[in-house]
Amino acid sequence: MFKLLQKLKPHFEKDGKFHLFFPVFEMAETILFVLPSRTKKGAHIRDALDMKRFMFLVVIAATPAFLFGIFNVGYQYFLAAGINATFLDIVLKGLFIVLPIYITALVVGGLWEVLFAVVRKHEVNEGFLVSSFLIPMIVPPTIPLWQVAIATSFGIVIGKEVFGGVGMNIFNPALVSRAFLFFAYPKSISGDSVWTLFPEKVIDTYTTATPLAIISETHHGTVIDTLVTKGYTFWEMFIGIIPGSIGETSTLAIFLGAIMLLITGIASWRIMLSVFAGGIAISFLFNVLSPDASHIFAIPFHYHLVMGGFAFGAVFMATDPVSASATNTGKYIYGFLIGVIALLIRCLNPAYPEGMMLAILFMNLFAPLIDYFVLSSHKKRRLKRAAK
Amino acid sequence: MELINLSIKAIFVENILLAFFLGMCSYLAVSKKVSTAIGLGIAVIFVLTITAPVNWLVYTFILKKGALVWLHPSYAEIDLSFLNFIVFIAVIASMVQIVEMVVEKISMKLYHALGIFLPLITVNCAILGVALFMVERNYSLAETTVFGISSGFGWFLAIISMAAIREKLRYSNIPKGLRGLGITMLITGLIAMAFMSFSGINI
Repeated sequence: MFKLLQKLKPHFEKDGKFHLFFPVFEMAETILFVLPSRTKKGAHIRDALDMKRFMFLVVIAATPAFLFGIFNVGYQYFLAAGINATFLDIVLKGLFIVLPIYITALVVGGLWEVLFAVVRKHEVNEGFLVSSFLIPMIVPPTIPLWQVAIATSFGIVIGKEVFGGVGMNIFNPALVSRAFLFFAYPKSISGDSVWTLFPEKVIDTYTTATPLAIISETHHGTVIDTLVTKGYTFWEMFIGIIPGSIGETSTLAIFLGAIMLLITGIASWRIMLSVFAGGIAISFLFNVLSPDASHIFAIPFHYHLVMGGFAFGAVFMATDPVSASATNTGKYIYGFLIGVIALLIRCLNPAYPEGMMLAILFMNLFAPLIDYFVLSSHKKRRLKRAAK
Repeated sequence: MELINLSIKAIFVENILLAFFLGMCSYLAVSKKVSTAIGLGIAVIFVLTITAPVNWLVYTFILKKGALVWLHPSYAEIDLSFLNFIVFIAVIASMVQIVEMVVEKISMKLYHALGIFLPLITVNCAILGVALFMVERNYSLAETTVFGISSGFGWFLAIISMAAIREKLRYSNIPKGLRGLGITMLITGLIAMAFMSFSGINI
């Protein structure tokens, strides 16, 4: 294999027959073989270091949640249909639904990345693998494929390529895709009927609300009771057998990914910790302010953390090193505010039952500003010390 | 509570820059450096804080239909509101003149950094926009003041975040055709999308 590549190489280099496709060749070569030059630790995106292992590790860390998503989509399908299915049936059904979405995102994202690489003569970056892997996980299973294609194009081109490619973007491309879908096609990404794929015959009579949609509505009795009567207990939400976006339902699977990201040092523990701290702090505040036990404010914090995309966002989206704050102090502020804003939108904004993705997008925008203030206060402190 | 709601609305939900796209010219031109952006942002907050209530007083006691009753009851039919634009702009221009003199006195550095843009605040549509919104939405004096300050603060927030982003973008390899204003416009769109996360919040 290696020899074959070496034999093909001259054709792709300058003056070769296929020199236009050098980026494609280069990608294949570096994915298959480790280059002799690479950094060992702490690859930071603002420097043009070798990002390949880094990106692959993120994909591997997201795999448990992805696999669980496949299972859950199939499980919810058969639950809605009222059919007792075997494990194999469930997984096959899930694969049948999720794989087309993933392949669409991958092909469209890859096409744009290769196109830009060829035209702008830079290397193909594996960043699109991560984005294309994350996009299917944050959309509902019923999403039409053409919308996935448009959203992926928007996220990759407007969210990333116009800034010069991987490492130079301001916003997380997957989140830009999701926000684009959210505002451009609100019908296919919010409401009660999109979270489970239904067999045709029951489509009119059966809707599944996500836990977040249930608590947003008015109801009697305490919030927890309401959730339980609808069939959502804490442990079910933790394990993830609830309707929702494909990859975000299972907090358990996401934790597995989080542990892996933390051990390998890819994701910043500061951000993850402070996102959860922010969420917990604001939910305590809500608990105090809550007028009675049936109000949305009355939800205890551990329920907030397992519902919706909170855990997924905290682990895989907020920690994206490109769009997050780069300074250590900045990371605490950045994460904490994400947690706070996510729950603010979730509890206060009647238009959107879920706020995690929008909160991260919002804080992406302020990350450079936080860094600026952290750095300038740091400079001031150093100057003061020097002056003494 | 009502006023807090109004203030949050003016800063986040209906940000004067990102929802109405008022005050774009100085926003695009002065957002290259955070320090200058902070200066201009503060100038805008300051001018808005002063001009909004002053314009309210002028409108309520001189321009509005029947506003001149306090002079003599027979003036009840007089309606000077066709003078709205010109009077608002005159008030804004004189206020900006004062701000300019103050800035020149206090900080020469800021004065030079702002350069032509300080006088240009006069024609910053955000300022006139606030005055016209106040007329259109029938705000009271307290509401107008809060609305003025919050709009200024929303503008300030938008411009400094944009300036920080643009400082970071200096290291980015942006396609040639998009460098400068092109990418700035795109970022503005994305920022406006991020700000939409607050639309609909009512406290």
